[in-house]
Amino acid sequence: MEPGSVPGSGSVPGSLLLALSEGEQRRYAELFARCCPPGAAAAAAPEAAAGSVAELLRASQLPPDTLLQITEVCGAKRVGCFGPAQFYIALKLIAAAQSGLPVRIESIKNELPLPRFMAMKNDSEIRYGNPTEPHGVKFQVPHATLEKNSYKRTDEGDKQEPKSPPMSPICSPPASPSSYQRTHLSYGYGKSRNGLEQQHGAPYEVRHSTHQQEGPASGNYGAKSTRACSTLNRSLSVEREAPDSSAHYADDPWRITEEQRDYYVNQFLSLQPDLNAFISGSVAKNFFTKSKLPIPELSHIWELSDVDCDGALTLAEFCAAFHLVVARKNGYQLPETLPETLLPDYLQAASLKPIRDCALFDSYSEPLPGSQQTRDFNRLEKTSAEEVPDNSGVIKDASKDDKQVLKTSIAIKPIPKEFQHTTKIFVCLFLFLLRSYSSTSIEDAMKKGEEPPTPPPRPQKSHSRASSLDLNKIFQQNAQAARSGWLPPPPPALPPRPSVTQTEQASEVELHPQMTRPPSQAEENSSAKKEVVLAQLPSKPVRRKFRMETQALENPELSPTINVTSSLPAVKPHLPVQKQSSKQKRAIQTAIRKNKEANAVLARLNSELQQQLKEVHKERIALETQLEQLRPVTVL
Amino acid sequence: MAVCIAVIAKENYPLYIRSVPTENELKFHYTVHTSLDVVDEKISAMGKALVDQRELYLGLLYPTEDYKVYGYVTNSKVKFVMVVDSSNTALRDNEIRSMFRKLHNSYTDIMCNPFYNPGDRIHSRAFDNTVTSMMMQVC
Repeated sequence: MEPGSVPGSGSVPGSLLLALSEGEQRRYAELFARCCPPGAAAAAAPEAAAGSVAELLRASQLPPDTLLQITEVCGAKRVGCFGPAQFYIALKLIAAAQSGLPVRIESIKNELPLPRFMAMKNDSEIRYGNPTEPHGVKFQVPHATLEKNSYKRTDEGDKQEPKSPPMSPICSPPASPSSYQRTHLSYGYGKSRNGLEQQHGAPYEVRHSTHQQEGPASGNYGAKSTRACSTLNRSLSVEREAPDSSAHYADDPWRITEEQRDYYVNQFLSLQPDLNAFISGSVAKNFFTKSKLPIPELSHIWELSDVDCDGALTLAEFCAAFHLVVARKNGYQLPETLPETLLPDYLQAASLKPIRDCALFDSYSEPLPGSQQTRDFNRLEKTSAEEVPDNSGVIKDASKDDKQVLKTSIAIKPIPKEFQHTTKIFVCLFLFLLRSYSSTSIEDAMKKGEEPPTPPPRPQKSHSRASSLDLNKIFQQNAQAARSGWLPPPPPALPPRPSVTQTEQASEVELHPQMTRPPSQAEENSSAKKEVVLAQLPSKPVRRKFRMETQALENPELSPTINVTSSLPAVKPHLPVQKQSSKQKRAIQTAIRKNKEANAVLARLNSELQQQLKEVHKERIALETQLEQLRPVTVL
Repeated sequence: MAVCIAVIAKENYPLYIRSVPTENELKFHYTVHTSLDVVDEKISAMGKALVDQRELYLGLLYPTEDYKVYGYVTNSKVKFVMVVDSSNTALRDNEIRSMFRKLHNSYTDIMCNPFYNPGDRIHSRAFDNTVTSMMMQVC
């Protein structure tokens, strides 16, 4: 951006000095930077890319001949490109045209509001309208919203703090330039406007700063809110009247105010009493059909709002859909893609933060199993009703899994839809734990969610999993390698051992009558072996396992532990050590026996399955050759 | 990159057909229509086996001088037909398969929309975007 490089003087025919206010300058600079091909901004003679400028012009929603006039007047045609001066002049002219002034050089001498651009494809439908002057003439916005903007201002003022942190991380990457620009806008206006905005410095404050000048008192707020509350009690057919009370738009009609949200949530509850469950497709269809919008539009709204494409709406999706319906009824064109303020991630974050943070998640994990069944049932119903083939359902699940994985990495999204997969349940339960422990900031929660979940504590030497013996062997090897690292060089440790074991046995016999004779005797007998064994590498005792008896096998394992425990904390009394070692020994013995049996069983099973697989392969080959023979030759 | 993509319903009427907007588009429509016969043949030939074993991807249906036609059928007998330019070499089978898979996914997403009645023409913008991404870029 080069605000300084265009010091307000354009090389305009007639040598007009363009006085740009600070705010205007910033705005134009960022718009220009956006239109510039990246990297060209730093060039000596930056030029706005014609395509993006054309888009910008179109986004201003002026009639095409006006746009043509603008391009002529600003000198772009003459120069052949949109240099900074031409661009700035063009923006000024757009502002003039939008205010109703003729497109001429003279008109830009006046103080003008900033140009308004609608629905730019680049930045996911965020509207940039921000008239600063009190004429309050807004072209594309229905008049009804004018008063409501003020209401939204005070409303949003409170919500700025909690909402602003969630905004920046949740902005999806394509929207990040727009959020970046919004911050610029906020800086531009924060200084010249209300001190309220200055405190926040948040991305969305520009929306509210612009309506400072509109004058209508915040007394409207009270009136509106009571009106809105009264509508909550009406029946579903109130959707037509809903726009009156709930169409509280700032200049960004895609944001949902708290009032609207409450209204939507109540509607959701009327359809589906559980906040965490889904509204099925047919129910939603009936509901939205009452709004009397044409079916293709409703279809499009559904496409936009059902983000995970599962044929059902969560609370957030429902709010987004409802909001889109309301917007459409108010005359807004439906966007091509879902605005980011309507993304379920954002809505979820926004809804959870102020009001129902822990409560929602407390109930979140509980109905998981319950709603899982209903969810599956719904899916089955839908699939049978719509004749969706099982295969495609599986394919869809697989793709949805991918999408879901992506989404969890982007933001914490409620995952109740992927119930079929226990891994997802694990993830969401884990996220629930994260939520309840972490701070209220969504950023932190998101970052934690992005980190890999901490693995469950590794079972120390316990053979809890009925896995093959190999894993355990490897584990013990590592453990022993680790332990031997703790040891002082083995030879010095050896001499004390016989005494240690003998004292152990003596104390064991005294204190642990449960300790059976044979093990202790075997220990005595093999104490000599232990010395030999330990002198070797730590891996060798493990290998010897297969040759020696089980009891003797224990000893190599035990001896490292004994040595460790004796060497490490000399202060530690031997008694607890011996208790642990004997218990460990027994546990290990039984575990090893079980694992061996399991291993044998699994090996047998494996060989049988291999056999079956071979047979099936043979069959398949035979069938394929048959098929080839039978298939008529159609391809020429 | 396909030249023409069509979605045909079970009753063999088109739910969606879109071609690269070059010359005679009707030619593509006709090609798609004739390729339906081949699709039916393939389905019936494989249909003797169980449905599970039936492949969804039918492969090359019909090569001509200028282009090749590929077919894919879902379990509900909805057919996807794709016409690809022959001069576009190195379009491997796997790529065609992946294109069909994407189409299939988009199609199931449409199906999830309760406002879509199976058998209607497809007007979904998401589906349009998917198809556009697969069509040849004729600039």
